[in-house]
Amino acid sequence: MSATRQLNGARRAGATTNRRTGPSGWMVAPALGFFLVFAIIPLVVALYLSFTRWDAITDPAWVGLDNWASVLVDPITIDALVLTIKVIVISWIVQTPISLLLGTWTAGKQRNRAVLSAIFFLPLLLSSAAIAIAFKAILDPNFGLSASLGIPFLKQDWLGNQQLVLFVVIFIIAWQFVPFHTLLFQGGVRQIPASLYEAAEIDGAGTIKQFFNITLPQLRYTLVTSSTLMIIGSLTYFDVIFVLTGGVPSAGTRILPILMYVTGFSASQFGQASVMAIILAAIGLVIALLLTKLSGFAKMDSQQEGL
Amino acid sequence: MTLRTSTRRRTRLAAVALGVTALMLGATACSSGGGAAAGSATLWGLTGTDEDTVLGPSLKEWNGANADGQVAATYFQNDAYKTKIRTAVGAGSAPTIIYSWAGGTLNSYVDAGKVADITAETADAKGKFLESVWNQGVVDDKVYAVPMNATTPIMFYYNKDVLDAAGVDVPTTFDEIVDAIPKLKAAGVAPFSLAGASKWPSLMWEEYLVDRVAGPEAFNKVMAGEADAWSDPGIIEANTKIQDLVKAGAFVDGFASVTADSNADVALLYTGKAAMMLQGAWVMTTFKQQAAEFAEKGLGYTTFPAVEGGKGDPSNIVGNPSGYFSISSAASKEQQASAVKYLTDGVFDDGYIDRMVEAGQVPPITGIDDQIAKAGGDFGTTVYDLSKNAKNFQMSWDQALPPAQATALLTNLDQLFNLQITPQEFSDNMNKTIGQ
Repeated sequence: MSATRQLNGARRAGATTNRRTGPSGWMVAPALGFFLVFAIIPLVVALYLSFTRWDAITDPAWVGLDNWASVLVDPITIDALVLTIKVIVISWIVQTPISLLLGTWTAGKQRNRAVLSAIFFLPLLLSSAAIAIAFKAILDPNFGLSASLGIPFLKQDWLGNQQLVLFVVIFIIAWQFVPFHTLLFQGGVRQIPASLYEAAEIDGAGTIKQFFNITLPQLRYTLVTSSTLMIIGSLTYFDVIFVLTGGVPSAGTRILPILMYVTGFSASQFGQASVMAIILAAIGLVIALLLTKLSGFAKMDSQQEGL
Repeated sequence: MTLRTSTRRRTRLAAVALGVTALMLGATACSSGGGAAAGSATLWGLTGTDEDTVLGPSLKEWNGANADGQVAATYFQNDAYKTKIRTAVGAGSAPTIIYSWAGGTLNSYVDAGKVADITAETADAKGKFLESVWNQGVVDDKVYAVPMNATTPIMFYYNKDVLDAAGVDVPTTFDEIVDAIPKLKAAGVAPFSLAGASKWPSLMWEEYLVDRVAGPEAFNKVMAGEADAWSDPGIIEANTKIQDLVKAGAFVDGFASVTADSNADVALLYTGKAAMMLQGAWVMTTFKQQAAEFAEKGLGYTTFPAVEGGKGDPSNIVGNPSGYFSISSAASKEQQASAVKYLTDGVFDDGYIDRMVEAGQVPPITGIDDQIAKAGGDFGTTVYDLSKNAKNFQMSWDQALPPAQATALLTNLDQLFNLQITPQEFSDNMNKTIGQ
C-alpha cells in the first residue's frame, strides 16, 4: 500500500522515473520497521510515561499533568536547559572555526599535511568512555598533568570548581569532535572546483580573499550539515560528562540529557524523566527543522551552477 | 507479462523484507526471561570477585552435587546490573535469585510483592550469621533476603610513617582530628585523602559524623519518612563539622577532582601525600596490589574516632553489611524450591566460607575468629571484630534510602563539601525529598 502512495508522491513531485523500473516502495520496509520499533514506539511510550508515576517496579500510575507541572517549574530543569543551551552555543563557537580552518588546511595535498591530519583524527578513534577516563587521570590535581609536567598552573580543581568544569567539558567535547567536523570540511573543500581558485588568482585575489569569497560560500551546505550534527550532538551530549562526574553530576555540568538520565535511572522517577525526554526530542526537532529551513538546505540548490 | 513478473518479484521482496523485520522483532522480544530447564533456578550475579571467588566455584560445586536442583548463573558488571535488574523485576522477567544490596531497593521489591517471604525456609540458617548483617534482609519482621558475600565496613586508614614524621598520634576523638590538621599541614602533607569527585566517599564522612554526634536515631527518623527528619540538630551539627574540616584544609587540595575509580585517593595515602583516609574495607585489595610493602608495614587501620559529648556509640560502624539474595515471587514453585535449597545449604557452606577467607574477605558468619586470624591476618581480624562488636551497623545511606532520595543526597552532599550550600540549606533541600 505504501508502494503506490510512494510512487504517486514521486510523480507529484515531478520525478520522471518510470513506474516499472523505479525501486519498489517495499524496500523501505526494513528501514521503516526499524524506525517504528526503535524511534516511534519508544517516543509514544515515553509520552505515555510522562503522564504517569512509575518507578520501573510497580505498574505505572496515571497522574495526568503532574509531572509536566513539576518539571517545568523546577529551577533545576530550567538551570539544566540554560546550561544545555550554553554548551550548544559555546561548543559551536569553539568547534566551527577550528574545524573549518583545519579542514581547509588538511585539504591540501602536501605530504606533511597528510601526516598531520592523520594524527589529528586520532581522537575520533577513541570511545567516549575511554576519553573521559583518560581526562580524569590527566586532570587529577595530585598525580595528573600538573604533577608530571611540573606546571603548578595546571593544578586546578578542574572537576570541583563549578565555573571551570563547564569549560573542561566543552574542551573535551571539542577535542573529541573537532576531528570529525574537520573531516567533513576537508571533504567539502576538496569538492570545490580548482577552476574557481584559478579564476580568482587571475583576478588578483590573495589566499585570505579566496578563503572568504570562494571556500566559505562553497562550504555553505557542509557548514549546515556540520552545525546540525554539532548542535543536535551537544543537545544530547551525555557520555563524557557522565563518566567524568562519577554519575552524580554537579550543578555545573547538569545538562538536560544528564538530568534526564539521573532522574530516570538513578532516582527511578521515570515519569519526570520522560517529560524531559519529550522536551529534548521536541527541541531537537525544532532546531533541526529551523536549520534546514533557514539555510535553504531542503531546496538542495547547487552551488556550482554555471560551471 | 512484464508487469506481472515485476509485481510478483515485488511481492516476494516484500515478503523477504517483512520476514527479516519479523525475525529482528522476534529476536528482541524473547531475549528476556530465564529460559532454563523447568526446575532449575536462574541467578544474576556481579562480575569480579563475586563471580571469580564466591559464586563461580560455589555453583560449580553445587550443580555437580545437585542434579535436580540446578542453579544457572549469568554475571553482569555492577552498574549495568543495577539498571537491568530493576526493569527485569518490574517486568516480571527477573531471575529466580535476585541479587541486591538490600535497603531501599529491597523495600521497593517487597512493597510491590516481587520477592518471596522466606522467613520459615531460612529459620535454621539464621543462627550462623552476624545478627546486624542478617537484619538488613528483614522487612516488617519477615525475611526477604539473605546475606551472600563479604561484610565491608568503612575503615579509618592512616599512613604510620607520615603521622610519625609529623608527630601526630592516631586520632581517637574528633578534637584530636582538628588538632592534627595544622601539624600535618605544617609537615607538608594533606591530613585526609578524599575522592570527592566520586561523591560517595564524601558520604562516608557524613554517615560516621551523624552517627557519632546524634546516634543511629537521627538517620532512622529519615528512613521512617518523618517530616523534617533532615533538620535534626545532630545532622546540622555534623554537617557544620564537615564544613569546618573543609575550611581548615583537612582534605587534600582539589579533593573535588580526585576520583576513587582510578584509586587516586588510595595512591595519595601510600605515596605519603596524605596522612589519613576514610574508605571501605574493600580498598585493602588495592593497597596490596599497588603497594604491597606499604600494606604490610606502613598502613594502619582502625575505626572512626568518637565525638566528645556525642550520642553515638563509638563501636557503631557504617558501610556495606553484605550483598543479599532474594527469591523472585514470579518464579515457578520448582524454581523457588531449588533456589531456597541453594540459599540455605549452598551459600556459606564450609567451602564457600573457606574460599572467601582465603581471598582476604570477611564473611558475616559467627564463630570463625580463628580461621580469619589465620588466613586474613590482622586486617581481617580488625574488620571481623568491628563487624561483630558493632552496636549498630548502618548500611550506606545511598543504598538504604529510596533511589530518588539517594540521588538527591549525593548531589547535596557534593555541594556541602564544596561550600556551595550551608548545613541549613542541606537539611532544607533534603527535607523536600522525604516521601518521594
